[in-house]
Amino acid sequence: MRNVACQTLVSLSRSKPIVFMTGDLGFMALEPLREAMGERFINAGVSEQNMIAVAAGLAAGGQQTWTYSIASFLFARPFEQIRNDVCLQDRDVKLVANGGGYGYGPMGSSHHAIEDYGALLTLPKMRVFVPAFASDLATIIPRMAEDPHPAYLRLGKDEKPAGFEPPAYAPWRELLSGGHGALVVVGPLIGPLIAALEKIDPTSRPALWALSELPVIDLPAKLLASLVAGPLCVVEEHVAHGGAGAMLALRLALLGKTPARFAHACAHGYPSGTYGSQVFHRKECGLDPESVLKMVLR
Amino acid sequence: MTLATDMQPLLRQARQRLLQMHYDSNVGHIGGNLSSLDAMVLLHLRVLGPDDVFVLSKGHSAGALYVSLWMAGKLPEAELKTFHKDHTHLVAHPTAGWHPGIRFSTGSLGHGMSLAAGTALGKRMRGEPGRAYCLMSDGEWQEGSTWEALIFVAHQRLANLTLLIDLNGLQGFGSIQAVASMDGLAEKIRAFDVDVHEVDGHDADAIQKALDAPATRTKVVALRTVKGRGVSYMENKMEWHYLPMSEAQYRQAQKELGA
Repeated sequence: MRNVACQTLVSLSRSKPIVFMTGDLGFMALEPLREAMGERFINAGVSEQNMIAVAAGLAAGGQQTWTYSIASFLFARPFEQIRNDVCLQDRDVKLVANGGGYGYGPMGSSHHAIEDYGALLTLPKMRVFVPAFASDLATIIPRMAEDPHPAYLRLGKDEKPAGFEPPAYAPWRELLSGGHGALVVVGPLIGPLIAALEKIDPTSRPALWALSELPVIDLPAKLLASLVAGPLCVVEEHVAHGGAGAMLALRLALLGKTPARFAHACAHGYPSGTYGSQVFHRKECGLDPESVLKMVLR
Repeated sequence: MTLATDMQPLLRQARQRLLQMHYDSNVGHIGGNLSSLDAMVLLHLRVLGPDDVFVLSKGHSAGALYVSLWMAGKLPEAELKTFHKDHTHLVAHPTAGWHPGIRFSTGSLGHGMSLAAGTALGKRMRGEPGRAYCLMSDGEWQEGSTWEALIFVAHQRLANLTLLIDLNGLQGFGSIQAVASMDGLAEKIRAFDVDVHEVDGHDADAIQKALDAPATRTKVVALRTVKGRGVSYMENKMEWHYLPMSEAQYRQAQKELGA
């Protein structure tokens, strides 16, 4: 996804005088952006706190500023700058976070971001975008650019199965129809689940929904209708606290709607105390297709 | 002391008004306001032009900023009277979004230099006139983010940025020397690619001269100041970071200031 994001930002930088700042990351990925943007591309060095506050200063002068780092370094280290200088003052600063969830796998827990959007969505004006597929970025990045408020873009690895063509980007998308409730998935984790659900008869599987924008505001009518007799299962590579599952449960409660059954699969940190690839961590947390299908179809 | 003769009465008036508003609202933070007031009043009356941006990184000296704006005719008396009251804009640390002279909300130390750097960088990129001025405390040089920002402004050679540091030597729970000493801070900063001037922070002429000096890179004006300056029982006393004045103390302070 990162390379597609880079190309999309190259196009954006040609039509809009944005500034791009990186916290000394982007080797073998952001070079085309550096070439295209010239002095508007700034490597701020290993200094995330300064980078975010400088971005806020640039934005206060009218220049939309995009910042970039590994997700964990971008949301956690400069959290106070994001809170005080960006969100509380409603500055047009974008955070582009690479490797959301367990994306950096064997790099270890310092490089994982499984609390990012929950923490950020406690802040005023913040919007979060979690593309399911790299192709979503062609719509998401211009949308972020048009909205002069803080936003966080959580990038991962595109895991779309070969031959699958997703519908046009929307905050909510039904990727597969189903007759047994709904399975809502946040981000690229949905890729392996498409392949798994495609093998099941549509009448006995849940409809598969990709959720890509947070906080959850409006729920699609079709999704709500499917919950009258069927379960709602939410899957995300993020801890339960502050996650999409909690947001959806609250929205439904406020609407007075109760799904026939509610289930949630999410990140649980490091249950075995050992570390490995993204696939390993997903499996440990019940986020692998086999575990999710068990939860959904029980 | 060589205060410019025309500034002396103005600075005395600013001190009197600062004390009055803190007494009326029964609030503290007076010491650091008094150490930085001379520089802030000078900036607002004699230095800042319409294209300049001022950032108060030591947000706890907001009272001095409000008085400076008031002295410059940019804040009405009625607004100043709301200091620290319910429904006010004038809280103990500046909040942005309501006054053109307060571009940024501050209050947590270690943010201002970066905000000012972004302001200066943006001006340079867009080819706009004007400078960014940032007034900092000495204690906030214990924040790591301050050094991140110094590395950045020096590397970027932001010649349209001036940093002023209020070296009053006292921080939240002791003297800087006792808590986490940074002896020779100005010399340490001088080791970076910036211009450093060290002046008496209560000498308007000296401050003005340093601010006027030409620079091709970021300028740092280290202000040697006295916390609680002008009120004998407050000078160099840490407790005046926090305490409000009693009636007797207020009367004595105003008397010392010639009110």
